[in-house]
Amino acid sequence: MTLSSFLAQILNSLQYGLLLFLISSGLTLIFGVLGVINLAHGSLYMIGAYTAFVVARAVGSLWIALPVAMLGGILLGSLLERFLFRYFYKREHLDQVLLTFALILLFEEGRSLLVGNDFYSVPIPAALDFSIPIVEGFSYAAYRFVVIVCCLVLAAALFVWIERTKMGAIIRAAAERPEMVDALGIDPRRVHLTVFAVGTALALTAGALNAPLSSVYPNMGDNLLIISFVVVVIGGLGSVSGAFWSALLIGLIDTMGKAYAPKASGLAIYVLMAIVLLWRPNGLFGQRGT
Amino acid sequence: MTTPIQRLNRRALIKAGAATVAASVIPTRWAIAQTKPLKVGLMLPYSGTFAQLGENITHGVEMVLAEKGGKLGGREVQFVKLDDESKPELGPQNAERLVKRDGVDVLIGTVHSGVQMGIHKVVKESGTLTLVPNAGNAAVTRDLCAKNVFRTSFTNWQPAYAMGLALGKKGVKKASWITWDYAAGTESAEGFKQGLEAGGGQFVSLLTLKFPETNFQPLLAQIQGLGVDAIGAFFSGGGAVQFVKDYAAAGIKVPLCGSGFLTEGTLGGQGAAADGIETALHYGDGLDTPKNNAFRAAFKAKANREADVFAVQGYDAAQLLAAGLEAVKGNIEDEKTLHAAMEKAKIDSPRGAITMSPQHNVVQDIYLRKVTNGQNKIVSTIAAQLADPGTGCKI
Repeated sequence: MTLSSFLAQILNSLQYGLLLFLISSGLTLIFGVLGVINLAHGSLYMIGAYTAFVVARAVGSLWIALPVAMLGGILLGSLLERFLFRYFYKREHLDQVLLTFALILLFEEGRSLLVGNDFYSVPIPAALDFSIPIVEGFSYAAYRFVVIVCCLVLAAALFVWIERTKMGAIIRAAAERPEMVDALGIDPRRVHLTVFAVGTALALTAGALNAPLSSVYPNMGDNLLIISFVVVVIGGLGSVSGAFWSALLIGLIDTMGKAYAPKASGLAIYVLMAIVLLWRPNGLFGQRGT
Repeated sequence: MTTPIQRLNRRALIKAGAATVAASVIPTRWAIAQTKPLKVGLMLPYSGTFAQLGENITHGVEMVLAEKGGKLGGREVQFVKLDDESKPELGPQNAERLVKRDGVDVLIGTVHSGVQMGIHKVVKESGTLTLVPNAGNAAVTRDLCAKNVFRTSFTNWQPAYAMGLALGKKGVKKASWITWDYAAGTESAEGFKQGLEAGGGQFVSLLTLKFPETNFQPLLAQIQGLGVDAIGAFFSGGGAVQFVKDYAAAGIKVPLCGSGFLTEGTLGGQGAAADGIETALHYGDGLDTPKNNAFRAAFKAKANREADVFAVQGYDAAQLLAAGLEAVKGNIEDEKTLHAAMEKAKIDSPRGAITMSPQHNVVQDIYLRKVTNGQNKIVSTIAAQLADPGTGCKI
């Protein structure tokens, strides 16, 4: 382990952690406010990546694919909430799990019918197709820096929205004291629709943003869904800032594990989750149910 | 004027005639078996990621049949096609369906190693003659080998061994291997290590990541620190595209090489990132032999696209089957003669001459290829008539 390769790994950790944050922030919001365990969240990430692939192939530019994925996410999320999830808030968790599991199957089958089961690569935009040397013998693709910046901008926007706006205050209240929100006469349906749409859009955006770095392939969201759940559990269910720090932590542990202890890396994050759950059952930033 | 005697004679004549006709039409049981068409099961992926591989293998098989005038060993052939979807969990039940329900005499399949294990379990028990046109998992012709199973493709060990050998002979002192952490990856790593050591080099380390993850960054960032002169890799399909692109983008000075699948059918997606990469495989571009040229022309006329290594493997599976059936004149029940003939067969493959090892795996030349102008141009033959070690096989 040399110092320069260690620095490179720190950068890798940061990039991976920020991506994890983008995915798990939506997951934690939806769980925190709506109380729904959305197993289909990984499939939403997959849809975002395939959207980027299809749009980039059709129009030849990823710059158009990104907003398409974001707006498509808002639309898809709104439709899912309005016509499906709305009827499941009062149902048991098992029903919700069955619903979202069915969605995974539907989304994957739809992907198979529309695009096929091949592994496709998504080209990096020509203007960014160069590398920047960061340490001796290791360069970083410029597009990776773009992903880091995009993730940070989205994270900042999310913080401002949650912490500084009225809607954000209502969302925080809905996550912590839902009965108070009802008592204040706020229409919960609008809150639910907004949260679900934003959460879905975040997942699709993450998929689209990362598509040139990961390629697109069937079931690509499965593994990330599991890791995102670990992030959400460690950060505290429903806590966006918890998800942020926990995503960076998981990114660091996973990357360092893969680099320096590949045999143990698969286990490391789960061990961490077990320790956090023993030490702080509600996660590092969790408040609910204390 | 007819007399009774004449009538009787005429009746007798008719009876005798009918009997003669009947005798020539209704054959003996042995003859029934020989004139009945030979049922050949094609258990291949016709949908999903590997669909084109399955189709190219099928074209290869059908080309041999067309060359032989529609008959193998004097028997008509009836194909029973089954899409295995490359789903390992369905492997045993699909193979069972072909063997038991459809009663195929021969099974040709398949591409995916996991599905192959399912087929292997079934045919090892039933004794159905089986030809493997792609799956390269070592076990099928090593510790789990069977007298009725033959492979005309490769083992994961073969190209990786040759790549290691080529590096060692070129004077590379130290090298590492990168792959996914699954059976094919481990087998290729073992081949590379042995080849490198045989060539006088030293194997430094094996870097792996989970299948089919594509976050190669944590591995790429540590290559410079390994102090190696070369990196070898085993990836295929879309994973290979992403890996080669990421390797180039990381600006690593250590040259990349690999098992041939790293740049096989992926050059379109890899573009300039793949330029100059050396790989080892049993086939390649620019193999200018009359057999290969004729094969490629015939394949293009049939399938309307360029032939690839998978088409060659399917073609050779059918060639080997034809050699066996000709030796027993279509009597597939005569297993002893059939298997012996296939073991001794010398096949004129588009890739060059091939034979069978005692463990029933293909013995073949492995070529060193270099990516030039979007093609895997053959540079030289690294390992002539290379056989898999076949460890642990008792036939």
